[in-house]
Amino acid sequence: MTELLQQLINGLSLGAIYALIALGYTMVYGVLRFINFAHSDVFMIGSYVGFYLAPKLGAGSVLGGLAVLFSAMAACALLGVIIEKLAYKPLRNRSTLTVLITAIGVSLLLQNGGQKLFGPNPRAFPKLFPETQLHFGELTVSSNQLIVLAVSIFLLVMLWWIVHRTRIGTAMRALSFNATAASLVGINNDAVISFTFALGSALAGAGGILYAMNYPSIDPLMGTLPGLKAFVAAVLGGIGNLPGAALGGLLIGLVETFISGTRASTFRDAIAFAILILILLFRPAGLLGKMRVEKV
Amino acid sequence: MPPKSQLWLLATLVVAGIVSAFSGRIDPYFLDVAMGVGIAVTLAASLNLINGFTGQFSLGHAGFMAVGAYSSAVITTNFGPKLLPLVGGQVWILFPIALVVGGLLAALAGLAVGAPSLRLKGDYLAIVTLGFGEIIKVIFQNVDAVGGARGLVGIPNYTNLFWTFGVAAVTVYVVWALLNSTYGRGFLAVADDEVAAEAMGLNPTRYKITAFVVGSFFAGVAGGLYAHLKGYLNPGGFDFNKSIEIVVMVILGGMGRHVGVILAAILLTVVQEPLRQLGDWRMILYSLLLIVLMITRPQGLFVWPLWKKKNA
Repeated sequence: MTELLQQLINGLSLGAIYALIALGYTMVYGVLRFINFAHSDVFMIGSYVGFYLAPKLGAGSVLGGLAVLFSAMAACALLGVIIEKLAYKPLRNRSTLTVLITAIGVSLLLQNGGQKLFGPNPRAFPKLFPETQLHFGELTVSSNQLIVLAVSIFLLVMLWWIVHRTRIGTAMRALSFNATAASLVGINNDAVISFTFALGSALAGAGGILYAMNYPSIDPLMGTLPGLKAFVAAVLGGIGNLPGAALGGLLIGLVETFISGTRASTFRDAIAFAILILILLFRPAGLLGKMRVEKV
Repeated sequence: MPPKSQLWLLATLVVAGIVSAFSGRIDPYFLDVAMGVGIAVTLAASLNLINGFTGQFSLGHAGFMAVGAYSSAVITTNFGPKLLPLVGGQVWILFPIALVVGGLLAALAGLAVGAPSLRLKGDYLAIVTLGFGEIIKVIFQNVDAVGGARGLVGIPNYTNLFWTFGVAAVTVYVVWALLNSTYGRGFLAVADDEVAAEAMGLNPTRYKITAFVVGSFFAGVAGGLYAHLKGYLNPGGFDFNKSIEIVVMVILGGMGRHVGVILAAILLTVVQEPLRQLGDWRMILYSLLLIVLMITRPQGLFVWPLWKKKNA
């Protein structure tokens, strides 16, 4: 029982990070209908921003840690907007495939640029927050896990508020519903798309920091696997659907943690894909997505 | 007189055989690059059938290549000492058998992947094939009999110029002949408009699966050639990036064009060599090039308005 609860907590804190990244995929898919492959590398950049800023911003205290977290989010938001303006904006109304390949190009650029800039070897991520182990009976919870959960919940609530209670959020929803109609009622589609990229990339940046706090070894290729799993999470929940992405992230995190505890642990990385394939075969619209009928 | 396309195939095979006979006099570095070109053409032409002509989007070609590479390598490396005497010690009999078995197993993997997932479209299919490619990689990393994550070593170097160019020529010919047959027109119909093709009485799913199986077969054969060229296999070498490399050849060649894709495969393989001197900058330049080309020339490198598109 204790074992189960312990795994549950580990799984939730991993799943919360996947959820943050998955939201970025799902939001971009919602407004532009393509898979932003470079998203996982924005996540990696987030970790490195944290790595370089941590000594300067006084990491190790609660305030310093939060400062690092928010500056990484801001840096990633900026990066996301730049990527969108330079690489994706010239491709509006082109075929999905062209945009997809460009996104892969951006992803390769960030990975290889990262290897040149940061060096290819793994680095040890510094401590951001004061660390303690909390004991509840036989249960051990690290303060980092609690911070991950708290920050994720806070960001999810903020995101919900932005999307549902602000003008720009309403515009985002309108755009993903029908882009042409949105521009007809006076929404500046380009501005909304930029904002979406900023929002999604900021969440990826936060994900990068939180991930590096729990797995404190970072390298320029670290984004690929968590990125793919988060994408699976987005599809699992129904791509384009925000609560779905959060739910999918938590589920993937839980399943992966439970698999790691069994003898099949070396197959851990393949599990997410197996889930993806099953979900696409039996419920292609995802858990919370709406089925669409194809019309000629 | 046989059709022109068959004469082309025959001529290529003869030239490959003659050049191969003199390969001892060719600079080994040049030879190595040339064989790499042959394998790249095979991979690109086979993926072109799936991504170009049938209009699907597979991102898992490296996975099928891995299946072919490992199975043919296991045949020649582990069972080779027993099998060689059976064919009179003749490598030129054993090697093609190993290649074909590797290709067949890859085709089987293609069927297993294609049958359930080809109901999906566009980026979903891309992601599922990507997932399958990664799963195949993880499986090879976990099977100790083929070296696991350490890789498979000691594969005999059977690949030579004749095999690489012969296989490339056969692949291009088969794809070409298939598309120009009565049956094969269906691939183009499916790519153009699936619903219309279905209304005409074609079965799009069957066409897609056929394309997938044939494409995977040749990817598997190319994998076998690769294994016996390098003499060493590492599951990490068949990752997502390898698949992307092949996809880029098909896209820059102009999806669904025979000559353009062959040229792109040759160009992209050869251009890697001078870029090697740039070290770390090589991949940065490569990715920048990819982005710029996608923005400026999404229709492919070798496509000009003067060139009429023949098959689509």
